[in-house]
Amino acid sequence: MAKKEVSFYPGCSSQTGASSSNMMRATQTMCDELDITLNEIPDWNCCGASIGYGGGGELPRLTLSARNIALSEQHNPGQDMVATCAACWLSTREAKERLHEDQNMFRDANTALNEANLKLNNQTPVRHMVEVLIEDIGFEAIRAKVKKPLEGLKIASYVGCQTNRPFGIAEESFENPVYLDHLIDSVGAESIPTYEKKVQCCGGALAFSEPEKSQEMIHGIIEAAYDHGADLIATPCPLCQANVEIYQDQINARFGSKFNMPVVYYSQLMSVAFGRNSKDSALDGQIIRAKSLEDIAGK
Amino acid sequence: MSDEKKFAGYICTGCGIGDRLDPSQLESIATREGKMQSCKQHEMLCNSEGVQMIRDDIANDAVTHVMIAACSRRAKVEAFNFTDVALTRANLREGVIWVRPDADEHQETTQEMADDYVRMACAELRSMSKPASSGEQQLNKTIMVVGGGITGMTAAIEAAAAGYPAHIIEKSGALGGQAADYIKSIPTRSPYSEPQDTGVAAMIASIEANDLITVHLNSTVAKTAGAPGRFSVDIATESGAVVTETFGAIIQATGFNLYDPSGLMQFGYSSSPDIITNGELEKLVKASNGGPIKRPSDGKEVKAVAFVQNVGQSSTEKGQLSYHSGIGDLIAIKQAMYFKAQNGDCDTTILFNNLRTPGAAGEDFYRAGQEKMVTFSKGEVSEVVAGDSLEVKFKDLILDEETSMQADLVVLDVGMMPNSGPDPYAVPMVIDEDAEKTEEAEVKAPTVTVDSILNLDYRQGTDLPHLKNGFTDSHFICFPYETRRTGIYAAGPLRRPMDMRQAQDDAAGAAMKAIQAAENAGKGMAAHPRAGDLSFPKFRMDGCTQCKRCTVECPFGAINEDEKGYPMFNESRCRRCGTCMGACPVRVISFENYSVETVNQQIKNVEVPEEFDEKPRILVLACENDAYPALDQAAMNGVEINPWARVIPVRCLGSVSLSWITDSLNSGYDGIVLMGCAKGDDYQCHFVRGSAMAHERMGKVGDTLSSLNLEPERVVVYEVAITDVERAPKLINDMAETVEKIGLSPFKF
Amino acid sequence: MSDLNTAMTERYRSSFLKEVEANVEEGEWVKMCMQCGVCAGSCPLGNAWEHTPQKLFMMIRAGKREAVLSSDAMWMCTSCYNCIARCPRGLPITHIMHGLAHYAKRLGLSPKNQPTQQFAQIFWDNLMKKGRVNELKLGLSMYFKDGFGQGIKNAMANQKLGQNMMKAKRMSAMELFGGHSIKDTSGLQKMIKKAQEIEDAKIQGNS
Repeated sequence: MAKKEVSFYPGCSSQTGASSSNMMRATQTMCDELDITLNEIPDWNCCGASIGYGGGGELPRLTLSARNIALSEQHNPGQDMVATCAACWLSTREAKERLHEDQNMFRDANTALNEANLKLNNQTPVRHMVEVLIEDIGFEAIRAKVKKPLEGLKIASYVGCQTNRPFGIAEESFENPVYLDHLIDSVGAESIPTYEKKVQCCGGALAFSEPEKSQEMIHGIIEAAYDHGADLIATPCPLCQANVEIYQDQINARFGSKFNMPVVYYSQLMSVAFGRNSKDSALDGQIIRAKSLEDIAGK
Repeated sequence: MSDEKKFAGYICTGCGIGDRLDPSQLESIATREGKMQSCKQHEMLCNSEGVQMIRDDIANDAVTHVMIAACSRRAKVEAFNFTDVALTRANLREGVIWVRPDADEHQETTQEMADDYVRMACAELRSMSKPASSGEQQLNKTIMVVGGGITGMTAAIEAAAAGYPAHIIEKSGALGGQAADYIKSIPTRSPYSEPQDTGVAAMIASIEANDLITVHLNSTVAKTAGAPGRFSVDIATESGAVVTETFGAIIQATGFNLYDPSGLMQFGYSSSPDIITNGELEKLVKASNGGPIKRPSDGKEVKAVAFVQNVGQSSTEKGQLSYHSGIGDLIAIKQAMYFKAQNGDCDTTILFNNLRTPGAAGEDFYRAGQEKMVTFSKGEVSEVVAGDSLEVKFKDLILDEETSMQADLVVLDVGMMPNSGPDPYAVPMVIDEDAEKTEEAEVKAPTVTVDSILNLDYRQGTDLPHLKNGFTDSHFICFPYETRRTGIYAAGPLRRPMDMRQAQDDAAGAAMKAIQAAENAGKGMAAHPRAGDLSFPKFRMDGCTQCKRCTVECPFGAINEDEKGYPMFNESRCRRCGTCMGACPVRVISFENYSVETVNQQIKNVEVPEEFDEKPRILVLACENDAYPALDQAAMNGVEINPWARVIPVRCLGSVSLSWITDSLNSGYDGIVLMGCAKGDDYQCHFVRGSAMAHERMGKVGDTLSSLNLEPERVVVYEVAITDVERAPKLINDMAETVEKIGLSPFKF
Repeated sequence: MSDLNTAMTERYRSSFLKEVEANVEEGEWVKMCMQCGVCAGSCPLGNAWEHTPQKLFMMIRAGKREAVLSSDAMWMCTSCYNCIARCPRGLPITHIMHGLAHYAKRLGLSPKNQPTQQFAQIFWDNLMKKGRVNELKLGLSMYFKDGFGQGIKNAMANQKLGQNMMKAKRMSAMELFGGHSIKDTSGLQKMIKKAQEIEDAKIQGNS
């Protein structure tokens, strides 16, 4: 496999001691195995996420992402900018496209960037890690890397919103994307293509501000996974992962359910399947432990 | 050619016919019972060799009558197209081997079916003669176009472009019709974002420059006599002068009138000059001469205009239109753009409930309106209140609240009504003119014109028959241009509400049909659907009782009466359906190749086994347009048909003579199935009324059955569509079950 | 900001739609809505709103300025992008919702104490300090937004959650002291200030 280098945008939640630091660890492991070098963009900043609109207007938010793209272009020239967080990817790609379509906005963003001595060319592709896996690496190559197939595991693919809409992964449908099912199948587990909550919203940032409404949706997401006999839920999105995993106690209290469903990242599945141990696969980062994965990793 | 008849039979043994049936037995039936003077077998009669064999016999042996026992008459029509002889087909493939199982225990009954079809074909052929036109035919290439609007002008231009002279009869003093008042029309070209030039001026100029087109302004049609190929028309001018011209075919393009909303008090049309119809808006804008658009009451520039959509349309209320014109919303968008073009700040609001923007332009034009900041509000207008500023009260259907808006001008989207002449059948036709007049039929929807437009000198009224709401009747699916008066074509909003582009397409189609009709009339050939048929009805005068059933029941008003009350068939008005033949109580009407006798001979020549044989016989009279092809299709799909059935195709169920029913019952048939097309408002009958007439007539069969002491379920009439591939065979098989249940007919000999 | 509101009311007296077109992110799309209602049926929090996007667009066209800008509906947007994916007219509905919310807040008309609005501002302020979000401080600010007492209550209610996160090393007490930061915070702050100035000037210029 040819060595691949990408300009990596980890995002705030991936930092040490942050809510998806476990994803970062598993992503690193997965990329080591697939010979993908992650060149972190120096001094990257927050993308503004999907909640930044309240305090920040359109141009300030676009400028935040423009700074990241500019830094990527400056420090990692010629490399695709790649994010693992749905919101990071979405905000950055949205900014890239908006600044491409609207030349006035592009000029204004550069005027602001100039204050930080930066300049945006806006020529860099902004991609999601999943795109790299599917388009550059391919399911076949992933399958070939599997040392410990995740046999006997039934996994609900929870794609969520922002990895899927509005851009999504090429060739996929908004209503029923199947790439995550294919990834699950590729590592030897059993996917649930008919899992009906695959693209249901978990509430996103509103899990914080509107917990009742969000937890009602999360309840449905987990319940449907149980209905399909899932052992695990897998997701590409850090906020999806956190929302669906960490509130299960509160949801159980609210709805009288007895949920104890592990929610993991695709990168964790791959790390385990590629033969790496629990720690490399960040299984210790689970709040609801993924025993079945730990068993395979421990073999 | 001498008058001597020479009969030749041909039996095809291809497609499995030879394997499944005994061809030599069929041959001997054809020659001995069927009295064919010769009979040949061929292993694939439809190939060039087989066809050449028949051709040679016709050329060298003076064969005049040909019986082909092979596939369905609907198959291989190109190959078996021998125009110089009388021709019949025995259907051994779709009619026999494809609908019967290939097994020894069925062999006997399958062969019996085939034997009978050969007998029937031979018997039919013996009572046929070769069709030849009447001698009445004339070729007149000139087309009369009534109406000089967009539709009429297009029709004349199209006819002239094809080399056929045209006369336009226009009652007003100028060409252009309603469209002459329009500023612009709905766009017909990409990107569909701006109203476009109507093209009226260019059309008028091209007509004026065209030597093939004659325009009669301030003129009306005082009288239309004759028939396709020889229409004689009196054209009256305002001054009272009358000229008579002859035409080959006629196109009626008399357009539409707008619905008058004065009766709808809630819209206040009569209460303020600033509440106008969409038609009046065009004139108002035209009068502004490109300057600011001013409202009629005080000449103040319009700063806010409201378009109230769907006024008096798609309504179940009395006095309103039950249908929607379809294009009113596109017109409103176009007209809103007039205001936006004048003044981008003019507040233009379109109040709609269901916005309809059909056609190629539709969605793009709607978007273009939105781009230009035309406001589209989903609302139901309850009242327009007159005043210095008009108040439009409406229910906002999105926000679910009663609200209102102010406007300087309110435009009402009123519907299009056809500008038709009076419907000949508004009052049911009566056979005896002296008989008591029936009560006048309830007048539906508002009608516009009561004056005749064509003044036809026809037995059945002065103008084209209507379907509903004054729109011209036509077979909407299969041949929409054909009206119920052969050689007279309706085009434009006379047929249905439509926009200018659609009217132009419609006019081009009608022009082509008119040309075809004129040409066919010149050859004595029928128009659609029996296009090319040379046969035509004749009657035996000494038997005729002048009962007028034929003249009244002809669905096309083709038959006039002479001064003594005898029918005058007007060959070129005739569609050859035979409804007159079915109507005639004394059986004096016939075609050369289709008559009471040709079918009767088929019925009689079926071998009806004696009662103790326990082999019933079921007669199926199937309409050749839908039921017969449905049976063919069933055969192709391998659907089984009961072996007792003998199917005879008829031109239309309307041609079925009651004598066929009584005669077959008398000769021992156990059941009779009649299959025609759908009748009624959504009729599918290719001859419009034929199926309906047959259903009416068969209502009287009950008397015959009871007089014979037979069960009523022995005769059934069905409406069958061409798509009834499963159902049509089942109806036959059902009759076999019925016969099994009630027992065989006692009338076997 | 109410001065701005007054100015805007004056300027766009005749047309709230024009005001939205000029000042709201992607606002020029509002007129293109064809009122089919697919957005309303696609929103995960559809039953929690007073006004669906469809209604908001209709209200804008009907000039209901006050009702639109004080609606809490826009603040219910979870940014799931389902409406964008499904809108047959291709309206960027999610962005319009964000834009309307931001504009209402800018004019001081958005509903007071709306939790998502408060969270959004807390989030923005949080990221502006260090250039990166400090999740711990973000969470605590949210708990304590309604005062100290309520904050303690909220923190206690979520105590177990916090402990779980700490245990999994997905939350760190160290974040309270400094925490992650970009190096060029002053550059970033200057940059954002400039962007805000440009945007403000544009909207002021429109007034």
